[in-house]
Amino acid sequence: MAVLKVLVIDDEPGIRSGVSRILNNFHVTYPFMDEDYTFEVTEAGTGEEGITILERDMPDIMLLDNKLPGIQGVDVLEYIRKRNYDIVVAMITSYASLDIAVRATRDGAIDFIPKPFTPQELKSSIENITKQQYLKRITHKMKQEGKKIRYQFLSVLSHELKAPLNALEGYLRMMQEKQAGDMIDDYATPIERSLQRIQGMRNLIMDLLDLTKIKLEVKDEKIQEVSLAEVASGAITTVRPYAIQMDVNVDLDVRSDVIIMADPGDIEIVFNNLISNAVKYNKIGGKAKITIDGSDSEAIIIFSDTGIGISKNDTEDLFAEFVRIKNEKTRNITGSGLGLSIVKKVVELYHGTIKVESTPDVGTTFTIRLPKKPINIT
Amino acid sequence: MKKSDYTILIADDDPDYLFQTVFNLERAGYKTMAVESQAEAEAVIAKFKPSLAIFDLMMESDDSGFILCYKIKRKYPEVPVILATAVSHETGLSFSIDSEQEKSWIRADRYLEKGIRAEQLDQEIMKLLKL
Repeated sequence: MAVLKVLVIDDEPGIRSGVSRILNNFHVTYPFMDEDYTFEVTEAGTGEEGITILERDMPDIMLLDNKLPGIQGVDVLEYIRKRNYDIVVAMITSYASLDIAVRATRDGAIDFIPKPFTPQELKSSIENITKQQYLKRITHKMKQEGKKIRYQFLSVLSHELKAPLNALEGYLRMMQEKQAGDMIDDYATPIERSLQRIQGMRNLIMDLLDLTKIKLEVKDEKIQEVSLAEVASGAITTVRPYAIQMDVNVDLDVRSDVIIMADPGDIEIVFNNLISNAVKYNKIGGKAKITIDGSDSEAIIIFSDTGIGISKNDTEDLFAEFVRIKNEKTRNITGSGLGLSIVKKVVELYHGTIKVESTPDVGTTFTIRLPKKPINIT
Repeated sequence: MKKSDYTILIADDDPDYLFQTVFNLERAGYKTMAVESQAEAEAVIAKFKPSLAIFDLMMESDDSGFILCYKIKRKYPEVPVILATAVSHETGLSFSIDSEQEKSWIRADRYLEKGIRAEQLDQEIMKLLKL
């Protein structure tokens, strides 16, 4: 239960006590709001008194008569607008001239309640104002959170982009100053590591492109029938050279060729990421496998490997951006830390789920469930 | 004492930064001990007292370096510590350990930006070891 503070400024005591009586027993509720709203009414008989009270109490809603003994209602409105106070104002007035209506609207009044009003008229007006105030605050809060998340993302990103540059710079300096010897062979490790860091940086940039694609490009016209078996064999072809190099055997088991409605590019991102992970975090001579199965309503895709596995602790943060599990077994594997966060974003976009089960040194299984026809993609 | 009588502990989760720092310090004449995580660094500190330590700020957690500074200073208050990181550029956070107040919570003796040249790092170390 949340309480909204209402300030009523009117020189007629009857109006003030009427408003208090009606609103003190009123509550507003909507299915999309977390809680009910109730109201606490304060009264002022003049604009000057009203300003004193609003400076002290900072009400959420103000009901304002225009014709007041001292300063007028529109003056109070202007006072609020100049200070950017977050107060929703409705004018209560018996005869609103066009001139005053225009000025009041310009200064931020959002509603006019004609006097005399019935309790029902007041209630429905307050109901609208409450809804508007609620939405305004939620929007503001979401914007703030969005900014914060973007800022965090960018600061981590710049760290991830700078680390390989620092490494390259260090190695090049080492060579420039011939610190390890005069022969090119003296620099075999720095050269090898530099190439690896460049590859890592390239992967990071590719992943970033994937990430922007997902965020920007989900368009209805791209949604089409996608054969999961087809995407899977494409992904396996892509990863094959790497799998041969790693001596990992990659298998595809299509129990039923499921067709889903999706943007094929999105589904390819999921398959490419998970199958290349299954190879990358494997052991020499290991196995990786994609299983595709389905029920009437959903597709089930399982990526399993006999790789290095993930400890229970580490699986918790696995899908967060830039999270890489650092240990003895992963130290020579390059990765951007974005792959799984991208996969999760895509899966959630299609109202699906992703689950991971893993045993260190035995292997990891990712299970994805996707509805065959996503209801609504936004 | 000669430089080779000093062992420097370096903790950093970037294997290349670690490799380069070890390389530079050994070339300058120091003995080194390199670890790749806060956990490993803690294990080393438990058994061994280095002559000086260089810690990266962000390893397993965002404040690994601070935690290591605190732990090593509690066990060996006289061991000089350098915090090395690139963090201030990205986050806009800036630390310096000039004032007494900052010294009281950042328990490091020097705060250095990553990417400083080998000679500069050697200079700072010599100052801290009073060489």
